[in-house]
Amino acid sequence: MSERELTMAEALNEALHGEMERDPGVFVVGEDIAQIGGLFQVTAGLLDKYGPQRVIDAPISEAGQVGAGVGAALVGCRPVVELQIADFVTLTMDQLVNHAAKWRYMSGGKVTVPFVLRGAVSSGIGMAGQHSQTLEAWFVHAPGLVVIMPSTPYDAKGLLTAAIRDDNPVVFLEKRLLYSRRGPVPEGDYTVPIGVADIKREGTDVTVACYSQGVHLALQAGRQLAEQGIELEIVDLRTLKPLDIETLGNSVRKTGRLVVVSEGARAGGVASEIVARIVDEAYDSLRTAPVRVTAKDTPIPYAAQLERAVMPQVDDLVAAVTGMLEPVAGS
Amino acid sequence: MTSASVVGAATLEELLLRMWRIRAFEIRAMELFEEKLIRGSVHPYIGMEAIAVGVCAALRPDDFITSTHRGHGHCVAKGLDLRRMMAEIIGREDGYCRGRGGSMHITAIEQGMLGADAIVAGSSALAVGAAHGLRLQGRDSVVVCFFGDGAANQGILHEACNLAAVLSAQVIFVCENNEWAISTPASASTRIANIAIRAEGYGFPGVVADGNDVEEMRAVTEAALVRARAGDGPTLIEAKSYRITAHSAATKVDLRPAEELDAWRARDPILQLSRKLVESGVDEARIGEIEAQARADVADAVEFALASPRPDPGAATEDVYAPADWNVLERLS
Ligand SMILES: Cc1ncc(C[n+]2csc(CCOP(=O)(O)OP(=O)(O)O)c2C)c(N)n1
Ligand SMILES: [Mg+2]
Repeated sequence: MSERELTMAEALNEALHGEMERDPGVFVVGEDIAQIGGLFQVTAGLLDKYGPQRVIDAPISEAGQVGAGVGAALVGCRPVVELQIADFVTLTMDQLVNHAAKWRYMSGGKVTVPFVLRGAVSSGIGMAGQHSQTLEAWFVHAPGLVVIMPSTPYDAKGLLTAAIRDDNPVVFLEKRLLYSRRGPVPEGDYTVPIGVADIKREGTDVTVACYSQGVHLALQAGRQLAEQGIELEIVDLRTLKPLDIETLGNSVRKTGRLVVVSEGARAGGVASEIVARIVDEAYDSLRTAPVRVTAKDTPIPYAAQLERAVMPQVDDLVAAVTGMLEPVAGS
Repeated sequence: MTSASVVGAATLEELLLRMWRIRAFEIRAMELFEEKLIRGSVHPYIGMEAIAVGVCAALRPDDFITSTHRGHGHCVAKGLDLRRMMAEIIGREDGYCRGRGGSMHITAIEQGMLGADAIVAGSSALAVGAAHGLRLQGRDSVVVCFFGDGAANQGILHEACNLAAVLSAQVIFVCENNEWAISTPASASTRIANIAIRAEGYGFPGVVADGNDVEEMRAVTEAALVRARAGDGPTLIEAKSYRITAHSAATKVDLRPAEELDAWRARDPILQLSRKLVESGVDEARIGEIEAQARADVADAVEFALASPRPDPGAATEDVYAPADWNVLERLS
């Protein structure tokens, strides 16, 4: 039996169709999502099936869309708001951080905010400084939010389904360059559990913690390094909050070495947080200092060779791994 | 609104040349995008040339503008160098932003261009603050803030308008109502026919103008400039126009009805001005020369841009911060 393959955009679209069919309280809001099905077709076909009350082409008012989503969640709906480009989350930070993230806590646990905010992370294609940011660290830093970044079509469908069913506000970030990547996706409804990492490749030498596009960098580096006899263990975190520290910790206890790949900026980034968590969790197992492979601390420049220079590349990861193995070579 | 100044034929020819430069620039830019020499996107200003050219024709060189994702037209109208614009959007070192900004971020503060902004409505409050800052410095320079019909629904624009009103800031808000925001018609995102009426809610005048009539755009801007320089506060000009092309080189999906597009094509601002010039006695051949000159200027710009060096990847971490004593301590890696 040959497995059905879908692109990540198609897989996400199936998750939305499935949840809208299943639960009349699910509705989607965003810019250009209804009539044309979204710039990346993630919401294609929803308008025809579920109508304009549940599939809303909103005015360009991101703060309003997110705030309205939180309100609808408070009364029991499950809104999914799409940010055309993830960077536009900056316009919604008050509604997201001061409202979505803490309404439950401030109510003494009386209310829930089952709300999903999706957005396309658009680096790598020359969209420049205001359309190319990788901002997940901001949301990890806001207690009350769940943060998910899938790397495959299978995970994208299962995690988006889980996110919509979850009673917490979820920030769900989709790498634009992955939308067209294909992979096996089962028909029908399934979930991928939030907070569970996936070991993409088993290996004994170095653990690579990664997510989203970073997983694909790691898999490529893993193939290159295997030719030199270096075996990476690649852990796709999938969810950044909550973090599956158990799976990651077990891997580091096995390999004794950790590299973290993140396309976000370096200072105060997710990679730094993961290193800190591993130091807490598995310090005694570390044979070398953990290494972060991240974007540089700059805005994202337009010109191709500049963008490449500031974003983490496969070569950077390969160099990080070989660098950390050098001192103990031959031991 | 009648034209405040007598615009002679020579000046109208000059305005036509500027409009043609914008159009020729956009046509080449879209080709270069297809040839993969331009990354990201290009949002053509084709069909809207009369707005920027009319508004900027009324400005002094020491006046300022802020711009949008659809900003090339504003830059050309403000007198920026086509060569350095083209070098920027191709990502070369001689570009206005040394290849850092690209199509959506051309900035030339020395020429009164405070910056193009890819965040819809993002620069509206900047315009107000710039105007106030200029006044603090004793200058009567005015700041023009260009934004779209879609941008009119952003919260920051509301804040900027109200702030400009209470500060009596020397700002002119120019809403380029081209009826659509990507796939969303203005009629689906507001319940009012004229965005200009919102000005009343802020306590300053709102004017509806024909954005395809360069003389009218110039005239309404002149009136708003008089008000602003006198310290009487902002004006909102709503320029009714249309983009003749798809939203962008990267987003070609287009839901606009063919009849609507055809009707606006018939009102093409370049055609209208050309016709007017011919009616006033200008030779048809002269109109052709203007187009040819604009195309030659753009060809020269492309040649210049392609010969310009690519930025040095090693310099990618420069310019994140302004020079400061502590810079020596900062390691950006
Ligand atoms: C804050 C923000 N939201 C969404 C976008 C994506 N976007 C780019 S252009 C555009 C439409 C803008 O419409 P309008 O203001 O009417 O300008 P036009 O493109 O018609 O010139 C949208 C939604 C953006 N760049 N910034
Ligand atoms: Mg518009």
